[in-house]
Amino acid sequence: MSLLQIAWRNFQYRSVSSILTTLSLALGVALVVLVLAIYGIITDAFRGNSAVSYNLVVGPKGDPLQLTLNSVYYLSQPIENLSYADYMEFYTAQQRSEMVALYGGAESMGKTAGKYSRYVADGVVIPLALGDYVDQYRIVGTTPDFFDKLLHGPEVDQPFTFREGRNLQTFNDENGYFEAVLGSRVAAALGLKVGDTFFPTHGDPEGQGHRDSFRVVGVLAPTGTPNDRAAFVNLEGFYLMEGHANPVDTFPEDMVDGTAPAGRDPDGNEIFPLSIPEREVTAILVRSGGLWGAQLMNMINAGKDAQAAAPVGEIHKLLTQIVGPLLTALIIITVITCVVAAMSILVGIYNSMNDRRRDIAVMRALGARRDSVTAIILLESLLIAILGSIAGWIMAHAAIWIASPYIESHTGVWAGFFKVSKYEFLVLPLVLLLATLAGLLPATVAYRTDVSRNLAA
Amino acid sequence: MLEIQDLKKSFAQPGGGRLPILDVPSLSLAAGEQCVLIGQSGGGKTTLLHLIAGLLTPDSGSIRVNGTDITRLSESGRDRFRAGTTGYVFQTFNLLAGFTALENVRLGMSFAAGKHDPERAEALLERVGLADRAHYRPGQLSVGQQQRVAIARSLASKPRLLLADEPTANVDPASSQTVISLIRDSCREDNVTLLLVTHSMELASQFDRVEKLESLNRVLANVVSGGVS
Repeated sequence: MSLLQIAWRNFQYRSVSSILTTLSLALGVALVVLVLAIYGIITDAFRGNSAVSYNLVVGPKGDPLQLTLNSVYYLSQPIENLSYADYMEFYTAQQRSEMVALYGGAESMGKTAGKYSRYVADGVVIPLALGDYVDQYRIVGTTPDFFDKLLHGPEVDQPFTFREGRNLQTFNDENGYFEAVLGSRVAAALGLKVGDTFFPTHGDPEGQGHRDSFRVVGVLAPTGTPNDRAAFVNLEGFYLMEGHANPVDTFPEDMVDGTAPAGRDPDGNEIFPLSIPEREVTAILVRSGGLWGAQLMNMINAGKDAQAAAPVGEIHKLLTQIVGPLLTALIIITVITCVVAAMSILVGIYNSMNDRRRDIAVMRALGARRDSVTAIILLESLLIAILGSIAGWIMAHAAIWIASPYIESHTGVWAGFFKVSKYEFLVLPLVLLLATLAGLLPATVAYRTDVSRNLAA
Repeated sequence: MLEIQDLKKSFAQPGGGRLPILDVPSLSLAAGEQCVLIGQSGGGKTTLLHLIAGLLTPDSGSIRVNGTDITRLSESGRDRFRAGTTGYVFQTFNLLAGFTALENVRLGMSFAAGKHDPERAEALLERVGLADRAHYRPGQLSVGQQQRVAIARSLASKPRLLLADEPTANVDPASSQTVISLIRDSCREDNVTLLLVTHSMELASQFDRVEKLESLNRVLANVVSGGVS
């Protein structure tokens, strides 16, 4: 028999004690793996998805982290809204003039360039309007530019592709202003496909349902980003839902009517896009032209109404200043738990040493060297460590797997059973080291066993 | 095969000083010889066997087993030597409770380099009549069966010398003869030198060579003659 077989037999012979010790260690390992996995999920969720093809998020004054969370990750609640006039500050005089002509607004707005327009140049400006839901998923009112001009992926070089259907359009004869594109998870979870319609609810998932429905014209291919769990609707349709128009007491004196085509409300009546004074946006995604990003951010932040946040910087701050220390504290606590569990190995084996002394003496009489009986005890300790680690890993990942729908809905990260955080690879060496240390004391007892005396006992 | 010269052993006493246990001027056994050693309890028989097995080291003297003076070997050297050369049958069997009969026999060859032979373990169990109990644990065997497993284990590593320490002391009288016969026949078949300790004159009478510890051990001789107070 090999030393390992002898150690395994010892483990089996003291099965109740061995299993309880292993279980105790497994619980410790499960806790550590769980915390490390959560750390990995959080890091993946934020750091991975902070790679976006815009460098600024612009929104109302407030917490820049909250702005980033609700605009980039569709988490947390929007701060407030910005006026559409603030959004128009990113456009040239000609573009502003076209907007005024199309939707109606103060004619004077179209005669001057927006104060940030020269910093955008060939960049991208995408408006977002948040606040509604379909089931538990966020509705994002935006323009077709979101899918035409933004990129995603680890290298931020992949355009959005449609698993089914096409991009939404601002207006067409078939669906008017009410077209929608669904993220892949939303379509799968709600069983929606191209051609189906859905009714947004106002304010929160349990809010009052709107009368206006949107027709699904496209389903995105999975992107591995928060966009997978969002439903995108045409911004003009979003504005047209009841309660979404900004109440205006007094329209500008130089107000001109818009020329946009009429759509139809659920009763078949003609409806027209909101005028510029009635519009608001929740956030604006901006990719500045050239190297103007920092200057544009400073300029916006110097103003009194809006703020600009760099998503990468905000997420980095979140991870390093808040999440990081919390997780470090959690890891320290769980490592202590693991040490305590390793102590149970020591206690378990050490308490059995009185019963084993005779066995050890017999093995020595059969020719086992001191280092052989020492190795047998250490191997038994390592067996408990390995089995406990495997059991703990399985327990932790089973828990993660069971919670994966919840994790995904809240973070956008799919945490399958076999999704392993790189930090987890540190657990087994750590536990083996602890087990070896825990096995040293009983192994020393084995080493020092007086053969002659114990055989004669 | 076995040559003992001027072997002395004493143990430290709690109050200081040392208590002499053994003083054996000479003892030798030829290869394949079977010798029984009889003596009173507490006379140092087990200590002598432990010294010959290399489990204890003497104060002085030499013990040559198969030409090797084991008193000159290091502890690990004695362990290696014992694993390959010396078999041991205990009075209380000392089977490992968590191991099956077959595993206990295999354990006997586990520590001897190059002597791992699973088939021999099965053959030995068959020789002692326990082939059908190979996968029984000691607790599931009778006392006599346990001692037979212990005998098979002691022969597992093909030893040249077998030391048996009162192997029938815990066996019922009916099984005693079976155990003794098994040990003697097995040693004869494998040409193993046997040194068996007992206090039963009846069993001793079956051996051609009987040594009395009182004659061998000067410490005891002095006690008997009043030389030691």
